[in-house]
Amino acid sequence: MYSEKMLERFRNPKFVGEIKNPDGVGEEGNMRCGDVMKVFIKVKNNKITDAKFKTFGCAAAIAASDALCELAIGKTLEQALKIEKNDIIKLLGGDVPAIKHHCSILGVETLHKAIEEYKRKQKK
Amino acid sequence: MIYLDNASTTKVDEEVIKTINPYFNKIYGNASSLHSLGTEARKALEDSRKIIAEKINALPEEIIFTASGTEANNIIIQGIAKSKGKGHIITTKIEHPAVLETVKTLEKEGFEVTYLDVDEKGFVKNLEKSIKPNTILVSVMHANNEIGTIQDLEKIGKICEKKEIFFHSDCVQSFTKVPIDVRKMNLSAITISAHKIHGPKGVAALYLKKGTRLKKIMYGGHHERDVRPGTENIPGITGFAKASMLIKEKEIKQMEKLRDRLIDGLLKISNSRLNGDRTKRLCNNASISFKYVEGESILLYLNDKGIAVSTGSACSSQSLEPSHVLIAIGLPHEIAHGTIRYSLSKYTTEKEIDYTIKETKKVVEKLREMSPIRR
Repeated sequence: MYSEKMLERFRNPKFVGEIKNPDGVGEEGNMRCGDVMKVFIKVKNNKITDAKFKTFGCAAAIAASDALCELAIGKTLEQALKIEKNDIIKLLGGDVPAIKHHCSILGVETLHKAIEEYKRKQKK
Repeated sequence: MIYLDNASTTKVDEEVIKTINPYFNKIYGNASSLHSLGTEARKALEDSRKIIAEKINALPEEIIFTASGTEANNIIIQGIAKSKGKGHIITTKIEHPAVLETVKTLEKEGFEVTYLDVDEKGFVKNLEKSIKPNTILVSVMHANNEIGTIQDLEKIGKICEKKEIFFHSDCVQSFTKVPIDVRKMNLSAITISAHKIHGPKGVAALYLKKGTRLKKIMYGGHHERDVRPGTENIPGITGFAKASMLIKEKEIKQMEKLRDRLIDGLLKISNSRLNGDRTKRLCNNASISFKYVEGESILLYLNDKGIAVSTGSACSSQSLEPSHVLIAIGLPHEIAHGTIRYSLSKYTTEKEIDYTIKETKKVVEKLREMSPIRR
């Protein structure tokens, strides 16, 4: 069902964990569906300098969270907001089962929430 | 590989393979043929029928071989419903899809259906109250494939006998593991399958009480009491009969012992729970839910450690809904998602069980570290 590339990321996620004093945190998903993703970001000069995740979910959700963090790091907030579902799927090796695409969408939404929270804090 | 997915399917016993082999290329005749290769095949077929019948206290002519448990369930349930034309069917919320989907289809076709609730251990509730004057069929599984709960068929049989209702039970998981006596339990029909008991895949059987009128769902030759057409699968059937003879009481006791060792070990992991009843459960089933983690992830990490299990999590299904059985026993969705089914066999060893406990603990801890919802 899963590609080796995706399973490898699931087995050894590089960005799992929490960031102390994060600049933005986003949480999406619900327990009922079996996927909850939380993303922490550090922002400096409008750029995401670090990203970490905590995810409850299947292999695809964990792998997508990890891929998302990798994509986000080093991007400006504007660039990060342009990350799409397909960018995550591509980084996971391309052949993510259709029924698991929602995990990548969840990743995008969670990152958006984290950036929104960062922006809200900045306004204060 | 430590194989703890025996409720899905089992390894074929070497003895069974030895029994089957000659029927592929030596005694390969069609059991309907009159020459000696045919009559020898016929003899093997009828001997097998006798062996299976004896196991459940049925008459040989009450055993009909099919190609799967699903097929047997369909023949019985559709066959009874369609012979009556209309009426009320009672089944449970925890049946295998082979029963549940068949009944749902009949419901769409106009039959009235009651899906019985179960209690938190998985025992059927309110059967007697649900019976109506037009009830034509009660179908209650013997042992549940996910949580291992064993229903009291004798009690259900008494109720059905009193009300003179056709009583079917899907006994695919329980056959050879739990005693089945179709007379004592007043069963009108049951379903059993070979590949769950170290026999080959692609062969199963139904018991159908003598004198029952059934509408055929498949048409062809007059094989198998004119209920199930198609050339008999002699290698499969002889293998099925052989497999049914192999299991020993000692092995069941051994499985129970190891099952309990596994359950006790796994329940030491914090925030874990056993699903189903502690004692009235299959000798080889341990269904455990781990809070804050998701089943598919546990399964895949255990696979990396060389352990094969299965999960009731939604993520491994096409529907993204967690197991209907776990929901029926009242588990909230998030706990149902974190459920693993370990199912043992006579080949399972104590060493394997101890390794499985140790590795499960590590995997659950690792995933909880990753989980955002851990308290």
